[in-house]
Amino acid sequence: MTNWIIWLLPLPPLLSFFLIILFTNKNRPLSHGIAVGAAGLSWLGSMIVFVRALGTEEFGKHVFGSAINWLPTGTSWLTVGVRIDPLSAAVVFFVAWTVLMIFIYSIGYHNFGQPAGDHDIKGLPPHGATVADDHGHKHSVPSIEPMYARFFAFISLFAFGMYTLVVSDNLLTLFVGWEIMGLCSYLLIGFWYGKKSARDAAVKAFMTTRVGDVFMLLGIAFLYSATGSLSYNVIFDPGVLQTLASRPAFLGLSAAGVIGLLLFIGTIGKSAQWPLHIWLPDAMEGPTPVSAMIHAATMVSAGVYMVIRMFPLLSLDAHTLTFVAFIGSFTALFAATIAVAQNDIKKVLAYSTISQLGFMIAALGTGAYVAAAFHLVTHAFFKALLFLGSGSVIHGMEHGVLHTGEHVDAQDMFNMGGLRRKMPITFWTFLIGGFALSGFPVLTAGFWSKDEIFAEAFGTGHLLVFIVLAIAAFLTAFYTMRQITLTFFGEPRTKAAEHASETPWTMTVPLIVLAVFAVGYGWVGMPGWFTGGLIPNWFHEFVGGTLSQPPETLPFLGVPVATSLFVALGGLLFGWLVYRKVESAEKDFLQIPLLKNKYYFDEVYAFLFVKPAYWISETFSSVFMDRKVIDGFLHSVARFSLFLGNAFRNYFDKPFINGLIGDGTGAAVKASGSGLRKIQAGRIQYYMVVSIAILVIFALLVYFLRA
Amino acid sequence: MSIPLSWYLILAAVLFCIGLYGVLARKNAIAILLGVELMLNAVNINLVAFWRYLDPAQMGGQVFAVIVLAVAAAEVAVGLALIISVYRRRKTLVADEIDLMKW
Repeated sequence: MTNWIIWLLPLPPLLSFFLIILFTNKNRPLSHGIAVGAAGLSWLGSMIVFVRALGTEEFGKHVFGSAINWLPTGTSWLTVGVRIDPLSAAVVFFVAWTVLMIFIYSIGYHNFGQPAGDHDIKGLPPHGATVADDHGHKHSVPSIEPMYARFFAFISLFAFGMYTLVVSDNLLTLFVGWEIMGLCSYLLIGFWYGKKSARDAAVKAFMTTRVGDVFMLLGIAFLYSATGSLSYNVIFDPGVLQTLASRPAFLGLSAAGVIGLLLFIGTIGKSAQWPLHIWLPDAMEGPTPVSAMIHAATMVSAGVYMVIRMFPLLSLDAHTLTFVAFIGSFTALFAATIAVAQNDIKKVLAYSTISQLGFMIAALGTGAYVAAAFHLVTHAFFKALLFLGSGSVIHGMEHGVLHTGEHVDAQDMFNMGGLRRKMPITFWTFLIGGFALSGFPVLTAGFWSKDEIFAEAFGTGHLLVFIVLAIAAFLTAFYTMRQITLTFFGEPRTKAAEHASETPWTMTVPLIVLAVFAVGYGWVGMPGWFTGGLIPNWFHEFVGGTLSQPPETLPFLGVPVATSLFVALGGLLFGWLVYRKVESAEKDFLQIPLLKNKYYFDEVYAFLFVKPAYWISETFSSVFMDRKVIDGFLHSVARFSLFLGNAFRNYFDKPFINGLIGDGTGAAVKASGSGLRKIQAGRIQYYMVVSIAILVIFALLVYFLRA
Repeated sequence: MSIPLSWYLILAAVLFCIGLYGVLARKNAIAILLGVELMLNAVNINLVAFWRYLDPAQMGGQVFAVIVLAVAAAEVAVGLALIISVYRRRKTLVADEIDLMKW
């Protein structure tokens, strides 16, 4: 029964996708009804599975799952199946909640219930509509998204991909879900395809993640050739792992190390880790629910989920783990330093997401399996909350912009200020999300997950990782408070901000629900020392049970706790002190060109990869290869054919066929005709002479022949 | 019966040749028609002569001769009518000038 539900989990969104694109795309309420209903069904199934998982003793040893033979591969079968173990149960829990909340939020975000825009065209964000009130005054109000149903179709397909990825029991279907999400990410970043920036961002995201995906596919292929299976049950078998670890591959790495590394490169692309991080900030061109769902809560988390899933394999080779830890911690710090200088409310969150994903990767690199998973879940909740909050803020600002007719960037934080009074629900939930992100002590989920990462890094002796992450965490708290201060505190800096208004309930309810999790979910992972051993660290025991040898609980360490308290509170306080008085972007001391321009990574990549790619495609492929070599060859073939044709024409067709057979016959007939017509003189006596002559000849013939 | 058959045949041949000459050599269409009549009567002489000398019991020769006379009469009637018609249209009776069917 449970297995059936697990099999069915991904299906409602897929069905919803097809229903919407095939049948209901003209009907907006029906479309979002189907999409939300499907998300709700999947949510319900997920909750049932989750509750059953909770009710199973030693769940890590008695996981849910079943598999079927799918493709015959010679004598064996390639099996696909579903599997819910503690890790995927924890993931499916947050996926179900965030997906459902974001679906509901999208209804409000795309202005359902508002009139159609005056000049809205498909492929561009709605520009607002003019309505007259009872007194005949004209107002500008937000208008409904022109491609409303299309959006719900795409996010439904996306949800299908994510559920598929989570419930998979093998790397193949995981990869299928992975790529479906990649496609949806592309489609949804480019949702407003009328904007060049959105198109470019979509292409950039797709191409950049493709780099990682190719390596991941190589890793999967290597794994399959080495073990003959992609099923977790098989590849995580201690015997198989042992074989992989002892088999040398190349570069001094074992097979396990190489596979782990290749798969991890897939994660670098998907989870936007340095050096493939460049696509995620640009992906903010998409609608905000997309940023929240795909580029914060689920898809980028899927990359981390995959490496956590592959941890038994990765942990076999110390070099791979070191590499993972390096990438993770470097990204965490690197992205945090960029985030402090961004003025776009969503860009800050985008870099923050990269940074937080770096935290998880770094944690995994230090061997902190549970801490990484824990931060994955808590981050998904509070980052989805923050993105939805930022969407709500932007929405409120856009309302203000329409109302006042003032032309300001609704996403620039320096145009906001004082929004706490205008948008109280958004403010409080954003504050909760921001504090969770900063790791505000004790109350918020972010504190407990980050604290666990610090404790693990410190406790296992990865001092460098610990220090880097601590600095990154300080910056996190700092830029979060900068964002909150600039957006919500102080006085409005523009007229639009003065006239911002709270968003409809479809947007605020998801915020509230997610805020509950942003606070409450941390409590399930409180370490034993805090509760005095009264309550065991439930999350640690539950998710730790996924591994064949559950990780040990660390003893209480003073340094990491003190550090995490200091960086969180210090960063928040510092951020508030600095930014409560800043009036405009010019007075912000962090508007350093190096940071504003994201360390010039886009420019460097443009120089290193994009330009050469253009050069190769233009100079080499197009001009040299295509036009000279291939076209040259084709042209000579054509020239040869032409020559042959001419030769045939001139030396065979014209003289022989035309001349001899065609014209020759005609000429012969004509000649004989003109010869013979002479006897047709029209003179009766002449005819008579001829006929008598012939008669005489015949008579003579008859006479002599008879004789 | 002192006159042998060959004399009749010679007479007929001479008459036929005169007729033929008239047909081929004369320009006047009426003269050509006259030549045709001579040739027909040469044939009649042959027919009657053969009947009288070779097979007097039968009357096939006489019958043929009568048929030929009838046909000749009809032919002269049609031929003269044509000639009159041509003359009315073309004001000529020269056979060489009546060349409407020339290519």
